[in-house]
Amino acid sequence: MFKWLHPYANPEVSYNFCGKLQPWLFRLSALFLTIGLVWALLYAPADYQQGDSFRIFYIHVPAAILAMGIYFAMAIAALSSLVWQLKLADASAAAMAPIGAVFTAIALITGAAWGKPMWGTWWIWDARLTSELILLFLYLGVIALHNAFEDKNLAGKAAGILSLVGVINLPIIHYSVEWWNTLHQGATVSKLGAPSMSAVMYWPFLMCLLGFSFLIAALVCLRFRTEVLARNSMRPWVRTLAANALELEQPMSCNSHGKHSQNQGAK
Amino acid sequence: MQFNSFAEFLNMGGYAFYVWLSYGVSAALIVYLLFASVRRNKTVLEQIAIRQKREQRLRQAAELNMQEQGINEPQINDEMIEAAVKQSTQISK
Repeated sequence: MFKWLHPYANPEVSYNFCGKLQPWLFRLSALFLTIGLVWALLYAPADYQQGDSFRIFYIHVPAAILAMGIYFAMAIAALSSLVWQLKLADASAAAMAPIGAVFTAIALITGAAWGKPMWGTWWIWDARLTSELILLFLYLGVIALHNAFEDKNLAGKAAGILSLVGVINLPIIHYSVEWWNTLHQGATVSKLGAPSMSAVMYWPFLMCLLGFSFLIAALVCLRFRTEVLARNSMRPWVRTLAANALELEQPMSCNSHGKHSQNQGAK
Repeated sequence: MQFNSFAEFLNMGGYAFYVWLSYGVSAALIVYLLFASVRRNKTVLEQIAIRQKREQRLRQAAELNMQEQGINEPQINDEMIEAAVKQSTQISK
């Protein structure tokens, strides 16, 4: 049933496939982010309680949702790498970690900038904010582990185990607003059921969410390809690619190199 | 359109600092991530190419050495070259 997936276990096939997807994902993200952000900043109505500070919502919530989504995807990649020893799954997990960290940081910073005018404080050690901060630290730990070992397989194993242990944090983040008393408001948008907000706010939010999703997918493609290159640096197809890339960049120095080695040969 | 003038838009109903701080920091972080990712891709490709060049030069030098010593049998195999290259260069991060 899943036999069509098999060719993608080949690094070269996956590399080329992501290379084809990448520009389209960037274009789609530019399109949806432009629509979404212009809508959110100019045309969406101000909240009747929060005024125009509500416009932070259109970045804050997509970033927070996607930060958790990336973590989940990274954990699935880590699991498949640990169980089936898929090297490409390791590469994709290593590609996702920095992107997830950036979106967690965006969620935290926009949250603080929203909290100051609404709650009167930038930060409070309540359940939602603390668990989100732990998510950032988990990401940083995974990134550090990926870079801590010369042997990438070993690094992938260590980082993969940390990512799997860290999955416990995802339900804690999600339910923190229900389990504990917190300043943070409950979920406005949930994937199940109708949104508890009006359509004039829901649609621009959806556009932003889509735009950020495509942006993340494009970034994952780019970073995944880099990881594949670094992990397969001795393969002939990578070497050809690298040699061509260097020649395109600095054709002059290549020529002088050739002469230099010829002189050595004559000596 | 929710705003009557550009100044009103910039003012964001009195929340200008917080709204533009959020949008600014988010944009800056995303742009940084984009550039860092593109740059790392280039660096990795470059390092692979440079290592390859060094490998070629090492191979040439080894062959030259053998000629000078009058050895015709190839005593140097790929693994030795690879080990030498690995010692002299390493793909960082």
